Amino acid sequence: MAENGRQELVITDAESEQLAGERSLNIVVAEQGCSLLRRMEICVAEAEKRSGKNAVNMQEMFTVYLIETRPMDAVAEGRNPAPEGRNPAPDSLWRRYSEFELLRSYLIVTYPYIVIPPLPEKRAEFVWHKLTADNMDPDFVERRRVGLENFLMRVASHQVLSNDKILYHFLTDEHGWKEVVFETGFQAKADSRLRALSATFRVRNTNKRFMDMKHYSDELQSHTSQLLRARARVADRLYGVFKVHGNYGRVFSEWSAIEREMGDGLQSAGHHMDAYAASIDDILEEEEHYADQLKEYLFYAEALRAVCRKHELTQYELEVSSQDLISKKQQREELATGVVRSFSFKGMTNKLFGQEAPEQREARLKLIEELIAEGEDTVKEKTAECEEHVEKAWVDMQRFEEQKDKDLREALIHYAVLQIRNTSVEQCQRVFPQDVKLKPYPKVFLPL
Amino acid sequence: MSVPGAPRGLASSGQKPIAEILHPLSAAEEPLSPGPDVTEDVRGDKEAVLTNGTPVETSSPASASSLLNRLQLDDDLEADGLDLYVSTETRDLFVTVDDPKKHVSTMETYITYRVSAKTTRIEFDLPEYCVRRRYQDFDWLRIKLEDSQPTHLIPPLPEKFVMKGVVDRFSEEFVETRMKALDKFLKRVADHPVLSFNPHLNAFLTAKDLNKRQGLALLTKVGESVKHAAGGYKLRARPAEFCAMGEYLDTFNQKLGTIDRIAQRIIKEQSEYLTELREYGTLYSSWAASEEELQRPLEGVASSVATCAGALEDLSENMSQDFLPVLREYVLYIESMKNVLRKRDQSQAEYEGRLEAAVLRRQEDRTPMPVEVEKCQDRLECFNADLKADWERWQSNKRQDFKQLLTGMADQNINHYEKCQAGWESLITLLQDKQTEDKSGETN
Repeated sequence: MAENGRQELVITDAESEQLAGERSLNIVVAEQGCSLLRRMEICVAEAEKRSGKNAVNMQEMFTVYLIETRPMDAVAEGRNPAPEGRNPAPDSLWRRYSEFELLRSYLIVTYPYIVIPPLPEKRAEFVWHKLTADNMDPDFVERRRVGLENFLMRVASHQVLSNDKILYHFLTDEHGWKEVVFETGFQAKADSRLRALSATFRVRNTNKRFMDMKHYSDELQSHTSQLLRARARVADRLYGVFKVHGNYGRVFSEWSAIEREMGDGLQSAGHHMDAYAASIDDILEEEEHYADQLKEYLFYAEALRAVCRKHELTQYELEVSSQDLISKKQQREELATGVVRSFSFKGMTNKLFGQEAPEQREARLKLIEELIAEGEDTVKEKTAECEEHVEKAWVDMQRFEEQKDKDLREALIHYAVLQIRNTSVEQCQRVFPQDVKLKPYPKVFLPL
Repeated sequence: MSVPGAPRGLASSGQKPIAEILHPLSAAEEPLSPGPDVTEDVRGDKEAVLTNGTPVETSSPASASSLLNRLQLDDDLEADGLDLYVSTETRDLFVTVDDPKKHVSTMETYITYRVSAKTTRIEFDLPEYCVRRRYQDFDWLRIKLEDSQPTHLIPPLPEKFVMKGVVDRFSEEFVETRMKALDKFLKRVADHPVLSFNPHLNAFLTAKDLNKRQGLALLTKVGESVKHAAGGYKLRARPAEFCAMGEYLDTFNQKLGTIDRIAQRIIKEQSEYLTELREYGTLYSSWAASEEELQRPLEGVASSVATCAGALEDLSENMSQDFLPVLREYVLYIESMKNVLRKRDQSQAEYEGRLEAAVLRRQEDRTPMPVEVEKCQDRLECFNADLKADWERWQSNKRQDFKQLLTGMADQNINHYEKCQAGWESLITLLQDKQTEDKSGETN
């Protein structure tokens, strides 16, 4: 299937020189069916610290991220050539994390049948002791930059989401964007928490597939979060092991000072212990990337669950309006035939105070008929809404599942490759290098 | 009466009628070829070469192949000019300690070890001997050697006392470690050009029943039983070379202590890491249960992690069993050496004291130098020479031991990493196979 929204990501180093940021990651995407990305290149190139006044007029520090976009055809045609080279300068604007959040909220409300890609975490969680939980920490900012770019890539390559006008404004209109998004009035359309919760508990007939999917999203969330926590603990312990080895470095050096023949060998051993102890920092830094991939799917689980709950809500509303229609029809029948099938205050007062005049009954009957007509429209509407949601959501959930399987599988492979690299025997260095007496022994030394 | 082996301990003498049970300390009647319950050392390469080049015995002491093994020269040692002391060319006494067995009697329970000796020396009546000895006997031998050869450095024994609650004296691990240390001890004594000719060693290796009783009550602790009681002589100045030795020993002792502590800390940290790692691995398995396509990859990761955990466990165990004991043995060695230095100091003090007294008397009334003084001088010179020789030998052994130790640990580490790598590589193969499988499925 060509139009399935899958991405092929190719990272090219060559273009990063042309862009402003040193740490930019240029991603060129060529994919059919993703209209936005066919037209433009997107990347989050840099991060900068700013200070300004917040809502309560207090001075605060925050980080902004540079979003760069470049129209694809401009690249091809060589329009707006930059003085240095063939590639034109990209358009760019700065965005805060909170603006990304706003965009995402908008998308969630507007496309409740889509599993909306998640943002990178707001605060550092699942930290192991050496990583700070500080949002201003450069490593955290860098990982967040990558996460934001990933978010934009996922949204811009989605068949449905990529066509959204608000997304386009977000990427191109630095100051006017907020106004535009608020104008859509999406906040009013947002489902209240109470309604959603109520639906979960009182809905009667839910689509089995959705229930299964909801259950799965719970599982996914639970497993990924447990895994992330365990990984953080493992990282902590491993860090401890490596660092204690560093103590060998000093004592071997000291020992080498009192030896004659063994001196050189011990000195060498000491140095390599130090190198070993220092190597853990890079190893664990690399593993953070894997953790970020897991985190993305931890948050994706939440998005998946949201789609399932939307289904519950639409189903619930349909049931409520159906029930309402039924009771109205019942009322009509009672009015028409005068037979009271169920208890009603009107019936009781009739018995007590006598029946009402025929004109009054006519008026009421007419009212009920109108309400019934309205009710039938509502039911039709809700049914359509429900069915539409089921249909569209099912498509996107399938897409999500395929994406998840592919992404996580690749993540696991890379994790394995990383493990192999870090246990590679080539990493180990020589000790006792001049000692030819030990020829049968391998010429490598590993820390104890 | 012997009982069947306890669950965690070793094979005991087995169930036999009492008349047929050999006295644990009897020799020669025991068959020289190993019975079905001989414990074989299966450690392999890492243990293959000890201090003086003797390979660990893996077959019966009587077999020709094992003798051949021992006579095989180690390339390393030949090339090392400094290691004359440990050259195997002139060795004519070979000893081994193995085959631990538990003995239970009404009074006590203890372990005995088989001590085998092979020799061409005329001091021995037979070319081969095989006796059973317990730790007490080794201790006896050591004390006797110290008393009869006070000018020499006697190799150390493993710790005598173990806290009953803390360490299981009969656990396989403990007995194994102790046995290796006893084997080393005996080999070092047998290799020593002077100690190996000591009659007590001869008795130890050959006698059916060591007549220890008479000496026991009079024996004081090692280091305190100095044959030549100095009687209040105080040393003025230790010669420079012996000072240097003393300083070296102190610093070396300190460094060993630090290394021991670091090693123990590492073992502890590794054990905590291992616990977390195992749990981490199982989480992948439980996740796999709720997935379809991802089930195999996740299970694969779980199993790779488990492989790494297993490999790490082995590594830690090896560190405990091979690395730490050697460190501790050298700490004991240092203690012994210091004692010998002290004894030498006392010998020097005595000589100088007597000399001074004699000189004074000669000045007073022309009394000639008493023979005693000359004897003292001889003793001192002998002592110094022996000590220097032993020192060189000890240094050489130490170098050899530590090189072996460190490269042995390096080997084990490489081994560990190779196991981990293999675990991950098999996962990648698994996943890539699946990928090509999927791809070909898609195009169909």
